[in-house]
Amino acid sequence: MDTFLQQVVNGLTLGAVYAVVALGYTMVYGIVQLINFAHGEVVMIGCMVAFTVIVALASAGLPPMLVLALGALAAIAVCMAVGYGIERVAYRPLRNAPRLAPLITAIGLSIVLQHLALLVWGRSYIAFPQIIEVKLYRLGNAETSATISNVQIAIVVASAVMMAALLALVYRTRMGIAMRATSQNPAVAGLMGIDVNRTIAQTFLIGAALGAVAGVMVGAYYGIAHYQMGFMLGLKAFSAAVLGGIGNLAGAVLGGLLMGLIEAMGAGYMGDFTRVCTLDTLLPGFAEACASNPDASLLGSNYKDVYAFIVLILVLVFRPSGLLGERVGDRA
Amino acid sequence: MSGAQGRRFPPWVGVVLVTIALVALPFALMQAGTAWVRITNFAILFVILSIGLNIVVGFAGLLDLGYIAFYAVGAYVYALLASPFFGLHWPFWAILPIGALVACGFGVLLGAPTLKLRGDYLAIVTLGFGEIVRILLNNLSEPFNLTNGPKGISSIDPVSVFGLSLGGTTKVAGFAIPDAVKYYFLLIVLLVAVIVVALRLQNSRIGRAWEAIREDEVAARAMGIDTTRVKLLAFALGAAFGGVAGGLFAAIQGFISPESFVLNESVMVLAMVVLGGMGNVWGVVLGALLLSFAPELLRYTIEPAQRALFGKSLVDSEVLRMLLFGAAMVAMMRFRPAGLLPSAVRKRELARLAQDDNA
Amino acid sequence: MPIRPLAWPTLVVLALLSTGCGKPEPEPAKKGEPAGVTVTLAHAGPLTGALSHLGKDDENGVALAIERANARKLVIDGTPVTFKLQSEDDQADPKVGTTVAQKLVDAKVAAVIGHLNSGVTLPASEIYSRAGVPVVTVSSSPLVTTRGLKGVFRTLGSDAELGPAMAAYLASERKARRVAIIDDKTAYGEGLANEVEKALKAANVAIVARERITDKDTDFKAPLTRIKAKQPDAIFHGGMDATAGPILKQARELGIRASFAFGDGGCSDAMPRLAGAAADGLVCAMAGLPLEATSREFRERFQARFGEVRLYAPYFYDGALAVVEAMVKANSVDPARFGPVLHDVSFAGATGTVAFDASGGRRDAEITIYAMQGGKLVPRSVVKGGMATAYTPPPPAAAPPQPETARK
Repeated sequence: MDTFLQQVVNGLTLGAVYAVVALGYTMVYGIVQLINFAHGEVVMIGCMVAFTVIVALASAGLPPMLVLALGALAAIAVCMAVGYGIERVAYRPLRNAPRLAPLITAIGLSIVLQHLALLVWGRSYIAFPQIIEVKLYRLGNAETSATISNVQIAIVVASAVMMAALLALVYRTRMGIAMRATSQNPAVAGLMGIDVNRTIAQTFLIGAALGAVAGVMVGAYYGIAHYQMGFMLGLKAFSAAVLGGIGNLAGAVLGGLLMGLIEAMGAGYMGDFTRVCTLDTLLPGFAEACASNPDASLLGSNYKDVYAFIVLILVLVFRPSGLLGERVGDRA
Repeated sequence: MSGAQGRRFPPWVGVVLVTIALVALPFALMQAGTAWVRITNFAILFVILSIGLNIVVGFAGLLDLGYIAFYAVGAYVYALLASPFFGLHWPFWAILPIGALVACGFGVLLGAPTLKLRGDYLAIVTLGFGEIVRILLNNLSEPFNLTNGPKGISSIDPVSVFGLSLGGTTKVAGFAIPDAVKYYFLLIVLLVAVIVVALRLQNSRIGRAWEAIREDEVAARAMGIDTTRVKLLAFALGAAFGGVAGGLFAAIQGFISPESFVLNESVMVLAMVVLGGMGNVWGVVLGALLLSFAPELLRYTIEPAQRALFGKSLVDSEVLRMLLFGAAMVAMMRFRPAGLLPSAVRKRELARLAQDDNA
Repeated sequence: MPIRPLAWPTLVVLALLSTGCGKPEPEPAKKGEPAGVTVTLAHAGPLTGALSHLGKDDENGVALAIERANARKLVIDGTPVTFKLQSEDDQADPKVGTTVAQKLVDAKVAAVIGHLNSGVTLPASEIYSRAGVPVVTVSSSPLVTTRGLKGVFRTLGSDAELGPAMAAYLASERKARRVAIIDDKTAYGEGLANEVEKALKAANVAIVARERITDKDTDFKAPLTRIKAKQPDAIFHGGMDATAGPILKQARELGIRASFAFGDGGCSDAMPRLAGAAADGLVCAMAGLPLEATSREFRERFQARFGEVRLYAPYFYDGALAVVEAMVKANSVDPARFGPVLHDVSFAGATGTVAFDASGGRRDAEITIYAMQGGKLVPRSVVKGGMATAYTPPPPAAAPPQPETARK
């Protein structure tokens, strides 16, 4: 039971990180119906910028929360600039081109961003300074009891706050009305006096800001950063957004949390379910493997990434609109 | 490419000249070192790969970001059937079609459920699929050892044609012919075959169906094209080409491991197709050759230039290459979307688009 | 005047051909000249990319050895010999490695000192062996010298020696009875973890969990939670510092108190940064002697010429010297003649007595066990030929250099 509880805690924290990155994908997708392929790179840059600022301020004797906040603000500012750049370079000029075109420019841009980050921050893993002291809370009294840290709690709370803020922005402000109108029909929205270019740029800016916050969260939680960190994270967060229903804000959060849980549970329990000796009792062909190494299993935590992609493929095949999504065009 | 304008040579003159040049090329390169023949061989492999991906991306307009997975499948099929790992030593001519077929099967396996998705979903799914294949190759070493995991498979048999082994050096009339040169001739023969197949495909019924789907899927369906099936065919054929190239890679390299089949390679092949001009076979050949030789060119130009200017190398030629690739992909899509050598149809379409804009 | 498109490449190639044919044959070692012969020794390793600082260090080791050999003004088979260095960049990439190997074989180098990474050495050494060019490497995969290839040598202990050394230390010094093992599913990490597991089982230590991760991942809490449930008293991880650091940190966050052990991948001065305070107390094993225990003469010369030794320069230095020794002993600079003699050399190098066994491995290779204390790696014990002795630093203690990142 302790182990199960611990895996739930692990999964929910990981899921909260995915959720925030997925929100960034879903915002942009909702309005231009295109995947922002470079969003993972935005998250990476957010993490790197926050790292630089925090290291620079670490010795200044400021309170740790202020340092973290300044790091996050700097990350948001830089990422918004990058996000705007992505929109202007890769998406706006190709808005009426075949769908393949902006995808390819975005892939090109993400290669460029990755290698620029390599030039700026180097190739090796960067250690994120531990400015917030990690406090562990034990959920029980035994040696094996599950633990949860203050950082984990902060991450889950932050992602909930962010979703609430976004919902308010999209459904309660004029900017949000413009966004929803543009997403439904850009041409008509333009006729109604909405500056479509501006609205789309705003969406990219908000998406990038979310990416920056996600980057800071990842850095603070795992303590390391790397110029290639954005790729896998982006891919899984996108899968999460699809799982929840792309374009749907609550769906992104739900999908993110589910994806985190699927990974934690898959890595945590698939090994036990697929023990060769268990399979031996059900299927032929496992007797020899069971005899030679009774502890071996077919699947283990090394297949963690596979679980996420299989979920993505299954969702797309059986329910392309995702769990909470309503409409999805099937035109290429 | 048939020159419609006035010809000054009968067509066979060109063919003869090209043949002489292709036969002479490795011997010319050998003067500079056999390593150059080896580099050329890898370039030809990438040309074959690009032609395969071009069927999927260029002809049918489906963005495949996991193409290297089919290359990996072909390479592992060859390695497993012709190495001491399982103790099998099948002949090359038997394995190559098997590799193509297995890769083709994987293409269908992936394509069948996903091809009805819209283009950008397909890109993500293929990307995920490429990763799954790599992870499986890396992990299928226990409890049953199918791929030898991260250690990879070594001592793969060299190709043997009519009893002549392409591995090692052969003496012909006093000349020592190294393995790289022998492989070069095999690769050239296959390359010509692949180009011919691709050109024939493009001008066939299927080729026109792909073009129709690429331009307007709904209209294509209305014209009676079974779009899912035709798309699947593109996917499967592209995969088969990848499988062939993979088998050759395993034979030439003699050692393969999952490390050789990372996402970056998929992106590289895509860049070759984009740069050359999606849909144009000759353009893709040009793009693949350009990008294959780019690292060598950069190493001999940018590196010394940096050293001369700054006294040391500031930017690794490898990083610079990736930056240039990325930038080239963006620039190509924006300013020359039809590629360096645009296909005639694409050029026409784009000209019409420009007219529409002016109107 | 229009030329058919196909004719263009033809013309280019014909032009290339004509210039190519005009070039003189690249001359191998000028044998007949009375002034003496120039023998090329090659270094190959990652000179660009993530490991470039290590590749450069190795190259410097070979360069220093060549300077030393030239200073001896050797006369082999009646002719004075001058040695020359040719250094090539393999980018730590197997594909580039085989091209580089071909290039060096083409250039008719006498021997190759190099390839740092096992993944590169394995395919490249097949090319060298086929061409009869001896190669001396440091790559840690046992396969390098167990494939029966002729002319492949190693100046450092392999993982097959490192694993048992670590296992012995865990079992006897740390009194570990229940050990969990993690590996990163790379050729290096998995191979090392398997060696450790084998040796621990032989020592009757229970392996309570065997978890596998991927080397690009950052979240290890799920497998660590599984390990936590098994309550091991020690955990061994086969992988590089980029995964070792976060694993250690996340294990402590999960309340795991077991002691942590690593191979040379975790023997890195980046660990205190990557794992924070959790790094203190970790133990790790590394092939070879601590840098401060290498010969003083070597260190002083290297320092004067190139600055601090980074990691494996002494072993590349000894590798190059071994080749020169073999040439002297065989009285020939012909690889076919001096290559087999490499098995018989025995001389005092920078890293103690250098000699190779029948398969080409270093005879009596040392493995050093380090412990992290106050953010510094401190040598604890040296294992040689299965015997562990407590490490005592050499008396004139200059600033002890720290090993930094390890080979794969």
